[in-house]
Amino acid sequence: MIEARGLTKRYGDTLAVDNLTFSIAPGKITGFLGPNGAGKTTTMRMILGLDQPTSGTVTINGEAFARTAQPMRQVGALLDAKALHGGRSAYNHLLCLAQSNNLPTARVQEALALVGLTDVAKKRAKGFSLGMGQRLGIAAALLGDPEILMFDEPVNGLDPEGILWIRNLMKALAAEGRTVFVSSHLMSEMENTADHLIVIGKGKLIANCTVDEFIASNSQLTVRVRTPHPDELARLVAARGGTVKDNGDGVMVVSGLAVSQVGDLAYDNSIRLHELAPVQASLEQAFMDLTASSVQFHAGVPGETGEPVLTGSGV
Amino acid sequence: MAAVITERATVGLSRLPATAGNASLAGAVRSEFTKIRSVRSTWWTLIAMVVVMVGIGAIACAGAAHAAHNGHAISIDPAQQSLFGVILAQLIIAVLGALTITSEFGTGMIRTSLSTLPRRGTFVAAKAIVFAVVALVTSLVASFGAFFLGQALLSGAHLSTTLSQPNVLRAVIGAALYLTACGMLAFGLGLIIRHSAGAISAAVGVLFVLWVLYQMISSSLPISWQHDIGRWIPMNAGSGIWLTGRTDPHMFSPWIGLGVFAAYAAIAIAVGVTLFRRRNV
Repeated sequence: MIEARGLTKRYGDTLAVDNLTFSIAPGKITGFLGPNGAGKTTTMRMILGLDQPTSGTVTINGEAFARTAQPMRQVGALLDAKALHGGRSAYNHLLCLAQSNNLPTARVQEALALVGLTDVAKKRAKGFSLGMGQRLGIAAALLGDPEILMFDEPVNGLDPEGILWIRNLMKALAAEGRTVFVSSHLMSEMENTADHLIVIGKGKLIANCTVDEFIASNSQLTVRVRTPHPDELARLVAARGGTVKDNGDGVMVVSGLAVSQVGDLAYDNSIRLHELAPVQASLEQAFMDLTASSVQFHAGVPGETGEPVLTGSGV
Repeated sequence: MAAVITERATVGLSRLPATAGNASLAGAVRSEFTKIRSVRSTWWTLIAMVVVMVGIGAIACAGAAHAAHNGHAISIDPAQQSLFGVILAQLIIAVLGALTITSEFGTGMIRTSLSTLPRRGTFVAAKAIVFAVVALVTSLVASFGAFFLGQALLSGAHLSTTLSQPNVLRAVIGAALYLTACGMLAFGLGLIIRHSAGAISAAVGVLFVLWVLYQMISSSLPISWQHDIGRWIPMNAGSGIWLTGRTDPHMFSPWIGLGVFAAYAAIAIAVGVTLFRRRNV
């Protein structure tokens, strides 16, 4: 159980983490979402005691991580796959970590085999690809058979095979009853992996709920309509309090009215419809809407209209 | 559903008993020993130090023996003559002392180290202990090697001495102690500065530049100031232990001087540890 209470970190004038309070329950995958620069890494660094909070506290099973007697049994973390001495072999890298916690040295070979690095165990880590480095970092995190696993953007830069491997590994770890806390700036990454979400923006807590709750409360249902009489229907929808966005080519997206309401409205007024379908904005869109105001660095990409992605099937 | 169940199969890593995995200073020392022996730069640096120490001593002694053969009147202190390599070797051990800690920061390893051993005091103590032992053992090998080779070269000209002569054993062991202290001083500076180049420059500054500056300005100072400042210059204070030929009465006695030098190293380490316990890494 990770518990943060009023966790705050200030770097000079920048408030990186602003009064975060949350707890992370065991046996689940908790996704830690936010745009780049939202304070995810800083929060994880404070959990591990790498950064001192400006104010507030964060504890693991009731005590600060810095005071725990069994650090690697408690937490296995992969914050940065490059945080190692490149001149040291994979085997020696893991060996020195195991020794510091008095873990049996047989764990090193076991962990190397698990992540598929046995063949390169004697090779120096500086020659490793990004994916191999990531696997070595995961082997290090698993050495202590930890209760809690913490991964910071674990799939960044990995190929599809690597992404699938990490996803399945996280699910398996959670299924074993461990706590998995994983950060990402991509909602799509969390949609299929996480059970619970903690969403932050500009260091502030935006949402703390299950994935289903997040979808229900944040992805607005819209209706896609195709008709040869768009102007007439638009007028009627507007009169009922709905809003219409005309996509051209006779397709309009109605929000504020249910599918049945739009269909009835068309029928009652004898407007021919060629298509009528409910459309659910993707979680990605919901996440972007939610964090839009809290993005630290707006790129201002021209032409990015924030179009909802169609996930609904036809009528 | 079957596919999902396979995906959720166990991770495949055996479970550890609840009592396993207690971090301790002993474990941290083993860990740090693995770290220091498993990078090549350690071995190259240590070999370089031994070669320089033995080589410079051999050149100095061979030169004196050669001059004596040619009939020149030679007045040397034979123990000191064979230990002259200390002047360069102190820089090499300082480089290793600084790198031992700054490489953690430079590579980012420090974040992994402290994520797995968050007790910073234990971490830095283990690192200091391991470096000190490695430095002392290597320095003793270098020092005795330089002494015996040097005396062998001097013996042909009947200029050699033995360990049983007054102050000779002190000088040979003392040279190794001084070298170790130089490494520890650089270790402390590395902990404060956290960058390899900066820490090594600072070590060169404390060991050499202060001494050179003193040589340059001392003649323009009043005599009493010269003595008061001169004995406190780190290299002057620490080197009395192996400079068996030094007769300057204003310098600290050998062991007091080494103590002063060790105190400088201790101050650097104490400041470094205080900062290290507070800083974000």
